[in-house]
Amino acid sequence: MTINEVQNNIIDEFSLFDDWMDKYNLLIDLGKELPVIDPKYKIKDFLIEGCQSKVWLHPVYDDKLITFTADSDAIITRGIVALLIKVLSNRSPEEIISTDLYFIDKIGLRQNLSPTRSNGLLSMVRQMKLYAMAYNAKNK
Amino acid sequence: MKNIAEIRADFPILSRKVYGKPLVYFDNGATTQKPQCVLDAVDEVYESYNGNIHRGVHFLSDMSSEAYEKAREKVRSFINADKREEIVFTSGTTGSINGIAFSFGERYIKPGDEIILSHLEHHANIVPWQMMCERKGAVLRVIPINDKGEIILDEYYKLLSSKTKLVSVTQASNALGTILPVKEIIAAAHSVNVPVLIDGAQGIQHGIVDVKAMDTDFYVFSGHKIYGPAGIGVLYGKEKWFSELPPFQGGGDMVDKVTFEKTTYNELPFKFEAGTMNYPAAIGLARALDYVLSIGRENIASREKELLSYATGRLSAIKGLKIYGTSDRKISTISFHIKDIHQYDTGMILDKIGIAVRTGTHCAQPVMDRYGIDGTVRASLCFYNTKEEIDTLADGIEKVKSMFA
Repeated sequence: MTINEVQNNIIDEFSLFDDWMDKYNLLIDLGKELPVIDPKYKIKDFLIEGCQSKVWLHPVYDDKLITFTADSDAIITRGIVALLIKVLSNRSPEEIISTDLYFIDKIGLRQNLSPTRSNGLLSMVRQMKLYAMAYNAKNK
Repeated sequence: MKNIAEIRADFPILSRKVYGKPLVYFDNGATTQKPQCVLDAVDEVYESYNGNIHRGVHFLSDMSSEAYEKAREKVRSFINADKREEIVFTSGTTGSINGIAFSFGERYIKPGDEIILSHLEHHANIVPWQMMCERKGAVLRVIPINDKGEIILDEYYKLLSSKTKLVSVTQASNALGTILPVKEIIAAAHSVNVPVLIDGAQGIQHGIVDVKAMDTDFYVFSGHKIYGPAGIGVLYGKEKWFSELPPFQGGGDMVDKVTFEKTTYNELPFKFEAGTMNYPAAIGLARALDYVLSIGRENIASREKELLSYATGRLSAIKGLKIYGTSDRKISTISFHIKDIHQYDTGMILDKIGIAVRTGTHCAQPVMDRYGIDGTVRASLCFYNTKEEIDTLADGIEKVKSMFA
């Protein structure tokens, strides 16, 4: 699947629910499905510090694709991380850098979980893109 | 006293809905909502007599200045200060403490001197002193707390020494709700000639504050936490300190005579009010204080006591819920954590049910560190809240538990 196909799937899945409580339940389920990060990466080096919940993000690059694993101490945040990983993990650095993450707006994540809500959504996206840029630069 | 329906009708925002659900506003510790009379007071300034204070000779400037000085007089009588010269308007509690920390540091502090705080302080009563200590080579000493979240007075007495230059403590903890024994703290400090600053940000709205009876040297609070507008605060100081302390900001209005060689300062309290003050907010604050008096401070205190006791009962009955801050003397603030559920998750779900609470460290990280936790959920109630709202919160918490189980 292309990145945009994955984004469209997420948008379809969220559009099944009108009520934000149901959307939260979906996020919670997604959070539970998130592949477990190796505990040795749950250290300060891989911590993205939001104000209220912690997120650890670890990249692995095999010279073609970047694979992300992650975790958070808050479950809703873990659900958001799971969405970002669905879209951006196992992609090439170029893809990650150039992707327009339109699903965030489409499913209402930005209004409902905006940066002022301190979940670090934008910090996570920025960090993933930064890793991609770093690997991309190393390739050249 | 007005009944609860009448009181709630005074606050337009309380009847609004969020996400289609009736608003349950339990974040009064962060800021309180405003009664219509306060909104009107601020509107009136801009609609009918706005002019910069203390400057113009014209009609509007005179009217604004007069209303602003009346607001000062209202604050004076509200906290029972001796003189209007002892009441300085600032931007808020943070502005007041920063001001005093600067001026007091410049005037009195030498390397090795000590300032005593408590472990319960809000960052606003820690960081300004730290900045001053760094500048002056002084040292912060901290009164420890026990497991109930109360300061340990005996440890405080041991900290007081000839090196102590000032004690600055909160009247009530914003994170746990504990009311501090300020009378004892002040008496002990005065017995060794040390002045005291009381941070009233979480105190003034919950009962009667009498700075003379308390005998505090400085008292600070924010307008927006006592039903007034944001952007206005008060710094009370005994005249003997205010006359000795240098200004903390320079600018217009605070001066007597300015030449490029030297400036002499205006008389009290204007020496501490540089530039254009937020006079519409000061006037709004005065109206808020009038409103509080019209409800009655004893009435507010007894109603809040009842709400605290009801909420404590309802919440402690919830399995897995732990309350932090269990002193017998508390303001109507309850900090809690639900077992195995992150406070952020709890807050997000409660929000969608229409309940406004605060989550996180409440700008009091040392308090969280003391308990080895990284945050709590805080419900801070005030007199316009109801038992039904507390029931909604309790049901909401059960809902949260079922979602994250």
